[in-house]
Amino acid sequence: MDLYINIILLALMAITALAILRMTNIFAIVMLFGIFSFLSAVLFVVMDAVDVAFTEAAVGAGISTVLMIATMALIKNQEEKRPLGHRPWLPLLVVFITGAALVYGTLDIPAFGDPNAPAQKHVAPYYLEKSISDTGVPNVVTSVLASYRGFDTLGEVVVVFTAGIAVLILIGGRLTRPTKRRDK
Amino acid sequence: MMDYIIGHYNYWIAIFLMMVGFYIVISRGNLVKKIIGLNIFQVSVFLLYITMSTVKDGAAPIITEGVKLYSNPLPHVLILTAIVVGVATTALALALVIRIKEAYGTIEEDEIHEQDHSL
Amino acid sequence: MKHNLILRVTAKTLIPPIIIFALYVQFHGDFGPGGGFQAGVILSAAIILYSLLFGLDAAEKVITPTVARILASLGVLIYMGVGFATVLLGGNYLDYSVLADTQVAGQHLGILLVELGVGVTVCSVMLLIFFAFAGRGRP
Repeated sequence: MDLYINIILLALMAITALAILRMTNIFAIVMLFGIFSFLSAVLFVVMDAVDVAFTEAAVGAGISTVLMIATMALIKNQEEKRPLGHRPWLPLLVVFITGAALVYGTLDIPAFGDPNAPAQKHVAPYYLEKSISDTGVPNVVTSVLASYRGFDTLGEVVVVFTAGIAVLILIGGRLTRPTKRRDK
Repeated sequence: MMDYIIGHYNYWIAIFLMMVGFYIVISRGNLVKKIIGLNIFQVSVFLLYITMSTVKDGAAPIITEGVKLYSNPLPHVLILTAIVVGVATTALALALVIRIKEAYGTIEEDEIHEQDHSL
Repeated sequence: MKHNLILRVTAKTLIPPIIIFALYVQFHGDFGPGGGFQAGVILSAAIILYSLLFGLDAAEKVITPTVARILASLGVLIYMGVGFATVLLGGNYLDYSVLADTQVAGQHLGILLVELGVGVTVCSVMLLIFFAFAGRGRP
């Protein structure tokens, strides 16, 4: 049953991505991206990653969409202009070659859900076995996040903090005068 | 054969989404759309990681009595933090777009190049 | 959206449960899905919803940008402070076992404090970013 839900959701995500590619109205694109994030959150629940799904639903479908709409309100033009000057087949060719190389790489990867895959055999069993006796925390994701890999998380928090500062530097103050373009 | 296709379907869709995102980034001139392309690319990477962490018939990695098989918690941790960092960097990119709009009056790549005489 | 009565009334009843849910996610993250990252985002979403309905100025009275800036740095400071506290108590950096008498109690306390730091920083940074974006359009 999980497998069918998985297949259908992935197909829906592919369709949404294609729709985003073909749309020209920026508002519609932003809304479709919200749907895309939400579909991926549902998919993460199906694949047993509840914490990730939680975050994706709150961040991807919530905050990102709000920020993009706020940007659109400031930018004011809603239509993407086309076509571009350069030839359309060149990016298509690049994408096809890259995609073919990546698909070739997946051919000998272990199948989806294989319990004997190398990814399952390295450090994960240690975390699952020792989490209760080491930290007393049943949610292994929390214990790995905050305790076993505390340094990682410290780095991530600092990155979020730095990004916040950078946004404040760029658009933090009120716009007092229209910025002039530099001299020609 | 069918098992093989079902076993690798997730990877192929992740690659397809990655390539759609990549195509949007390199072939479209609108900066907001480019950022959305990057975000699609990002979600495809999340999908790849979570696909690798899934174990068939496994439970979510919250230790409960009577459950033997869990999914791999490590990719969950990596992706969880990556999502929050991703939104922070997206906000930074959008802030840059706003400044570009204020300075050039447009967010189309071609027109920005034209104004710079560098195309 | 200022004149939309139905939205305003529904949102007013929704915001308190959202905040309580954020606190639940923050402090129940050890036992169920959740943690500092999710709680911070949910809490900031509640305030963003408030600001979408009642205007940016009203929201900035709830949390002024200055307070949000101080909180953003405070979260990182709590995280790093826990690390330095463990060093001063004789352990390694971010090795929480020395914080209490037993290893499990120490780890529990350390994880709680660290998640608190993460939640505070994420929430206030999201709010700061939103205030910056929404405030840019003001004359």
